Amino acid sequence: MLSAEEIMKIDHEIALVPVRKAACIEALKIVQDHRGWISDESLEAIATHMDMSAEELESVATFYNLIFRKPVGRNIILLCDSISCYVMGYEKIYEHLEARLHIKFGETTPDARFTLLPNPCLGACDHAPVLMINDDLYKNLTNDKLDEILKEYK
Amino acid sequence: METPLTQHISINRPSLNLKDYVSVGGYQAVHRAITMAPQEITKMVQDSNLKGRGGAGFNTGMKWSFVPMNDAAQTKYLIANADEMEPGTFKDRLLLEGNPHQLIEGMIVSAYAIQANISYVFLRWAYNKAARLIRYAIDEAYAAGYLGKNILGTGFNLEMHLHTGIGRYMCGEETALLNALEGKRATPRTKPPFPQVSGLFGKPTIVNNVETLCNIPHIINKGADWFKSLSPGADAGTKLYGISGKVNKPGLWELPMGTTMRQLIEEHAGGMKNGFKFRGALPGGASTDFLVEEHLDIKMDYKSVAAAGSRLGTGTMIILDDHTCPVGFVHNLEHFFAQESCGWCTPCREGLPWTEKILLSIENGEGRPEDLELLEMHTKYMGPGNTFCALAPGAMEPLQSGLKYFREDFEKHINEKKCPWR
Repeated sequence: MLSAEEIMKIDHEIALVPVRKAACIEALKIVQDHRGWISDESLEAIATHMDMSAEELESVATFYNLIFRKPVGRNIILLCDSISCYVMGYEKIYEHLEARLHIKFGETTPDARFTLLPNPCLGACDHAPVLMINDDLYKNLTNDKLDEILKEYK
Repeated sequence: METPLTQHISINRPSLNLKDYVSVGGYQAVHRAITMAPQEITKMVQDSNLKGRGGAGFNTGMKWSFVPMNDAAQTKYLIANADEMEPGTFKDRLLLEGNPHQLIEGMIVSAYAIQANISYVFLRWAYNKAARLIRYAIDEAYAAGYLGKNILGTGFNLEMHLHTGIGRYMCGEETALLNALEGKRATPRTKPPFPQVSGLFGKPTIVNNVETLCNIPHIINKGADWFKSLSPGADAGTKLYGISGKVNKPGLWELPMGTTMRQLIEEHAGGMKNGFKFRGALPGGASTDFLVEEHLDIKMDYKSVAAAGSRLGTGTMIILDDHTCPVGFVHNLEHFFAQESCGWCTPCREGLPWTEKILLSIENGEGRPEDLELLEMHTKYMGPGNTFCALAPGAMEPLQSGLKYFREDFEKHINEKKCPWR
């Protein structure tokens, strides 16, 4: 079931496009904003609202990197693993994160505080290595800096 | 030296609001454009020799000229491609965060030239600061009458929407971008029909890169000849050039199109870091061929870089230094491309993971002598013409040139059964 607020926001997006299902990516984003991830139940509810089959919506949901079809933690760490960050040593940052949080790429800490994901180029290559936590970008990373940054996220 | 694109951008203060933008001559190009016939604008842009700054380098005015102009009632779309995701590329971020009104003004003029009534900024999710600024700037432009119905009393209508993507390199390919906007998987479409004729929702559509669109107001204000005079070389205008890697001052600079690689590295980026030697560079993002020391004095414009066997691409260079393993470097690139392949066509879906695995085994000291031939075979099989879009051919560019210029390093991995850099 979608909430009244979710439906209101989705319908606002539907009104902007000539074909109803063109708003399905927006719908996925809206529901994920509210619930943190897209469960099978959420997917089916959105598909029904969009006049799509659940299978068709699933094909869209699984295509994009940042629609989560599994539960994620309260904070999402997106570590850039692309070329400029490779040259500038993202692997050391990854090792440090692994040691600190005891998780690998794709995993969530048992207390659900962090999910760690690799991410392609974040477009801040002159300040590599970089990562994002939720909506915040952190540049010119060092292990010490990272320790301070992690404290900000509960 | 003129820097039209970045003259009003400063990291020390917030981007200009509409009032401040107007006070420095902003939106003059819209006032000027609406006194001109749409085709006149297209002609002017074509004459200016502005080429697409997203990487393909196609003449922008010529691209616009393919839009059918005979049916005034037909819906048409203009889209700003702000899905900057080419690894090593961070140029459009500056324009988006630094001066969003410049982009909006460029989009209004461009939409007028093709008589489009609906426009989108297709923005990468990661650029959330840009998203906030653009959303605000669009609202300001509506309130001032530069967007909406009957713009400046001309009868021309233009709606503008911001769409933030949710992550996939493929969305930067213009036909895949259209599928993403239609709520589908971002797989590429068959061309022809080209988007100029049948694009978003089957309507004529122009997709232009952010930097391309930001040049438009300046061309309208100052003319095609002025734009050509900005560059000493064959290609017109300025270019946002960037450098990342082991240099003293990585960064981004607006310079005349045709500035040399040596000037960029030595004068602007402050040279290589102490103790690091230049071995090569990808001149314009992950999907461009390596250039090496012998190319340092070539002009970084479309023609000269192509003559040297690479592509200008996005103009943002990634430097390979002597402390970085070339095999690891290329493996990182192919890992990216294999992951971002949309899976639509077989050579790309199957071929890229194969090259990634071969490169990883070489990097780990498990390579066989025949692996180099196998990699070379892939660069042919996934070369231009064999795949549905440009992703796999782009992925093969650093691999084929890496095999050419750093062959000894590949062989050393295989002969010594380990990575000499580890």
